[in-house]
Amino acid sequence: MAQHSYWQLFSSVYSKDVTLAFRQRSEIVNPLLFFLIVITLFPLAIGPEPALLARMAPGIIWVAALLSTMLGLDKIFRDDFNDGSLEQLIASPYPLSLSVLAKVSAHWTTTGLPMVIMAPVFALLMNLEAQALGATVLTLLIGTPLLSFIGAIGAALTVGLQKGGILMSLLVLPLYIPVLIFATSAIDTSSMALAYGGQLAILGAMLAIACVCAPIAISSALKVSVS
Amino acid sequence: MWKWLHPYAKAERAYQLCNTLLPYFAVITVVCLAVGWIWGLAYAPADYQQKDSYRIIFIHVPSAILSMGAYSSMAIAAIIALVWQIRNAELAVISIAPVGAAMTAIALITGAAWGKPMWGAWWVWDARLTSELILLFLYFGVLSLYHAFEDKKSAGRAACILAVVGVINLPIIHFSVEWWNTLHQGATITKFDTSAIDPSMLWPLLINIAAFAGFVGVVTLIRLKNEILQCEKHRPWVRELIGRGE
Amino acid sequence: MQFESLSEFLAMGGYGFYVWLSFGSCSVILLAIFLSSLRDSKKLRNEVRAQMRREERIKKAKQQEQV
Repeated sequence: MAQHSYWQLFSSVYSKDVTLAFRQRSEIVNPLLFFLIVITLFPLAIGPEPALLARMAPGIIWVAALLSTMLGLDKIFRDDFNDGSLEQLIASPYPLSLSVLAKVSAHWTTTGLPMVIMAPVFALLMNLEAQALGATVLTLLIGTPLLSFIGAIGAALTVGLQKGGILMSLLVLPLYIPVLIFATSAIDTSSMALAYGGQLAILGAMLAIACVCAPIAISSALKVSVS
Repeated sequence: MWKWLHPYAKAERAYQLCNTLLPYFAVITVVCLAVGWIWGLAYAPADYQQKDSYRIIFIHVPSAILSMGAYSSMAIAAIIALVWQIRNAELAVISIAPVGAAMTAIALITGAAWGKPMWGAWWVWDARLTSELILLFLYFGVLSLYHAFEDKKSAGRAACILAVVGVINLPIIHFSVEWWNTLHQGATITKFDTSAIDPSMLWPLLINIAAFAGFVGVVTLIRLKNEILQCEKHRPWVRELIGRGE
Repeated sequence: MQFESLSEFLAMGGYGFYVWLSFGSCSVILLAIFLSSLRDSKKLRNEVRAQMRREERIKKAKQQEQV
């Protein structure tokens, strides 16, 4: 058997997942549409006053981002679990946490990244001040991979279950709270034209921890689910 | 120490240990609960500021302490179960979780009932209340994950992983909530200062904490015994035990 | 004793509702979890006993068949 480098393993798992997502456009478009619809619902529910919307915009954008990330989470391992390739990944001689890292990155590229790119447009819908746009994009850029990492733990724990979807949100949403708090507070601070480096640094630190710890937790959860 | 601890990884020995410990915990619970509640409700002096409403402290503080204590012991058991693959530790995780959830629920309900006369609202988005609520969600997560699996072996391991992930997140959640709270509304609520508490109130409080700790111990042991019997029910020692009518 | 009479004790200086609400709900929850644990244990024992009896019957039936 030909030996492959870890990088080759990472890139092949990653490109497989991304290619699959791009072939089925709906996987990329649906979370975005969901994001947009949730954001549309809020002005309809609370009223169209620009000042009120601008005050609530960070929270709304982030809650919408949380929910639309949740939408795609179930798919991370579900298809691979059903067709048995997940079992192959676990049985392969390569470290499972590495292929898990590749899968999570692929999930972020297909759901998180489009949200980051579209965020300025959605922020305009909510009358967010121009000075807060940068903070919105930056927090989403650091925060959405974090969401993918934490969410993948929940997805891995519930992948073997028939009705895992709702259970997964129950498991994952409480763990999302710190991300939500620091991200919205960064946007809030920036809209008051203050320095928001501190919040971003904390988000970055959480992302660094998640990068190291989450793949381990995810792979042990996958081993439990598959066995 | 390992030599001394190792036999308890065997289900039968662990079951016997539960049986030996149970009476002690039961006595502590019954005595302390009776003394603590009567002392707290009838004999402790009224607070000069909060009058008699402060008597809720005698169940609020113990349940809040035990809700976190139960989570940490659950997480320790989960780490032991994952690292050394000890089945009994998994069972302990599952036995502690419902008790911890009950403690958290009590802390929340009594907190609300105390908050209404003192702060004028049943619920305030205070940092401690919020992290307590999130703690309840974490307990529910562990419990519902466990019950969602059909195969109880993988259910136990999955619940352990979730408990460990939760305990890593718990400090982050706690500090972020505290930070969020100070940012959003400032220190509007002055909390009851426990360090300056008078001995006449401190003693019944300590006794109540002991009572709640004993209660957590009693119920955990009963549930742990159940779990051990459940997963060993085809073994001869269980047959013999139940055949004897125990 | 801090209270002169039973009615004063129940009133808790005007905070009776809140104090008894918390103590009441606390006792309900404590009792509920304690009793449910005991009931589980009883149920489990009955299950095992039933299983043992069933196995006994099967054994007997097999012996009779052989005879």
